[in-house]
Amino acid sequence: MRLAIARPSDPTKRKSLYVKLLEATIVYAILFFFALLVGIPFLYMFTGSFKTNGQLFSWPVNLLAPEPTLNNYERLLSGEEIPYLRQMGNSVVIAVSQSALTLLFASMVGWGFAKYEFRGKTFLTIFLLFTFAIPFQVTLVPLFQMIVRLGLLDSFLGVILPSSVSAFGAFFMRQAMVSIPQELLDAGRIDGASEWGLFWRIGIPLSRGALSILCVLVFLTAWNDYLWPLIVLRTPEKFTYPLGLATLDGLYRVEYGMILGGAFIATLPIVLIFVAGRNQILDNLTIGAVKQ
Amino acid sequence: MFGRGRKIAPYLFISPFFIGYTIFFLYPVIQSLQLSLYRQVGLTNPPRFIGFDNYVRLVTKDALFIKALTNTTYYALGSILIIVPLALLLALILHSPKLRFREFFRFLYFTPNITAGVVVGIIFGLVFEEQYGLVNNLLLAPLGIDNVRWLREARWVMPAIILLGVWKWTGINAIYFMVGLQNIPPELKEAARVDGATRWQVFWHVTLPLLRPILAFVLTIAIIGSYNLFAEPAILVGLEGGPNNAGMTMTMYLYARGFRELKMGYASAIGYSLAVIILVLSVIQLFLIRAFRED
Repeated sequence: MRLAIARPSDPTKRKSLYVKLLEATIVYAILFFFALLVGIPFLYMFTGSFKTNGQLFSWPVNLLAPEPTLNNYERLLSGEEIPYLRQMGNSVVIAVSQSALTLLFASMVGWGFAKYEFRGKTFLTIFLLFTFAIPFQVTLVPLFQMIVRLGLLDSFLGVILPSSVSAFGAFFMRQAMVSIPQELLDAGRIDGASEWGLFWRIGIPLSRGALSILCVLVFLTAWNDYLWPLIVLRTPEKFTYPLGLATLDGLYRVEYGMILGGAFIATLPIVLIFVAGRNQILDNLTIGAVKQ
Repeated sequence: MFGRGRKIAPYLFISPFFIGYTIFFLYPVIQSLQLSLYRQVGLTNPPRFIGFDNYVRLVTKDALFIKALTNTTYYALGSILIIVPLALLLALILHSPKLRFREFFRFLYFTPNITAGVVVGIIFGLVFEEQYGLVNNLLLAPLGIDNVRWLREARWVMPAIILLGVWKWTGINAIYFMVGLQNIPPELKEAARVDGATRWQVFWHVTLPLLRPILAFVLTIAIIGSYNLFAEPAILVGLEGGPNNAGMTMTMYLYARGFRELKMGYASAIGYSLAVIILVLSVIQLFLIRAFRED
């Protein structure tokens, strides 16, 4: 009875409802504000690719393109300034080869560490962990000299090979493969499977999830890389798309609409890949973080 | 292919990786250390042994190196101080139950991170444009602030790059923190609430201490990322770092000396200095995180 009387005038209860509403407003206001901050530059890139320089640099700033023109795309894809389509193709070739090689090396070494006991295993693991901490900048100059000596300057192979051995990938695949049950392998051995057969028919299929995540991460890194291709590649026909965009950006008369168009069509495929696999990728991006 | 030899099989599995790792990583790491003790300009000139002269020159005579070091540290501190609290705030909001459009926000905040550095540099060149840029026109003009000469005035170059960094990295760090929050058992927070703790106290005494491993991870990644910074400033203000080299980062400086001037020995010394700095900062950071554990 006392409770029933107390309830309607209970100040904390009423305040909490009011506070809840206020909190929800603040929360969504913050979320939408940041969504705008993140999204507007992308919107600007997209609409800007349909504008002339004059429309881009006009006042007041317009985030939409009221008089869209396809001229930028036509000129970009016709290759009048740079062979952009070809450069995007180069990026595809390099990123795909690099992903394939990295996945092969990483899954093999991961399998070796996950499923076998051998002399030197502990030493190699610790050694790998320690060298993992060395930043790549240390290796740039000697790698460049090596590439020159091997005659790989201005070649795709010179870009791909040094980036195909990933210590991160090795650890990542080892983590994924260590949980594959030993009984499966024993059963396979009784059925007469070779060690390679066990890896290929059991190890690889059972770690498809991890492989696809690693594949996306490696592909993304290769697709977006600027520094190493800038060092190795020398002729516009061999450039990857970021080098192409940088060339356009450095022209005497900069065509911003064209650059934004190039930037947009290079970013779209990546975003689509991530939209398709977002939950799996975003949930697993942090494997390294959780394991700390 | 591997027969049934269970003894040799593991070595065959690990050898392709380790051969590649030796050729393309370990050998260059050692070669670079040796090269840093030599003077070598160009690819064909014979190297001359000069001991630690390269390092001595870097620290005592090379104003541009000190500048690149200062710039990069400025970026690291500035971006971390903004990104970490902001990412934590967004993670706490995104983690709250009953939130609508959670997946949408999470994905949107993450997109800048998968955008190529060159593309980001290009977009932000326009975003920070003095007269027609978005920051001056859409953010500052409504507040009555006059146009800032972001990329043309030395003192504004680093703030612009820091804001670019905040745009690119806050989302992914929020996702890292979200994972950390998911790993905190809800019973712990409930127990604290039952004991009469306010929300702020729960956050400060339960949530934050339990996020320490993630915080260490986030800081390590941020430190490494800062010293790797190259494509964005290179496109935004040029490979020389813009007015008064205000946007020149350590990796840009290594590139300038090593690959534009082909000073191989000197650039190797820069590389090793970078490695030592990253190592020292990471160790300091781990000790700091650990020190907070005692209270």
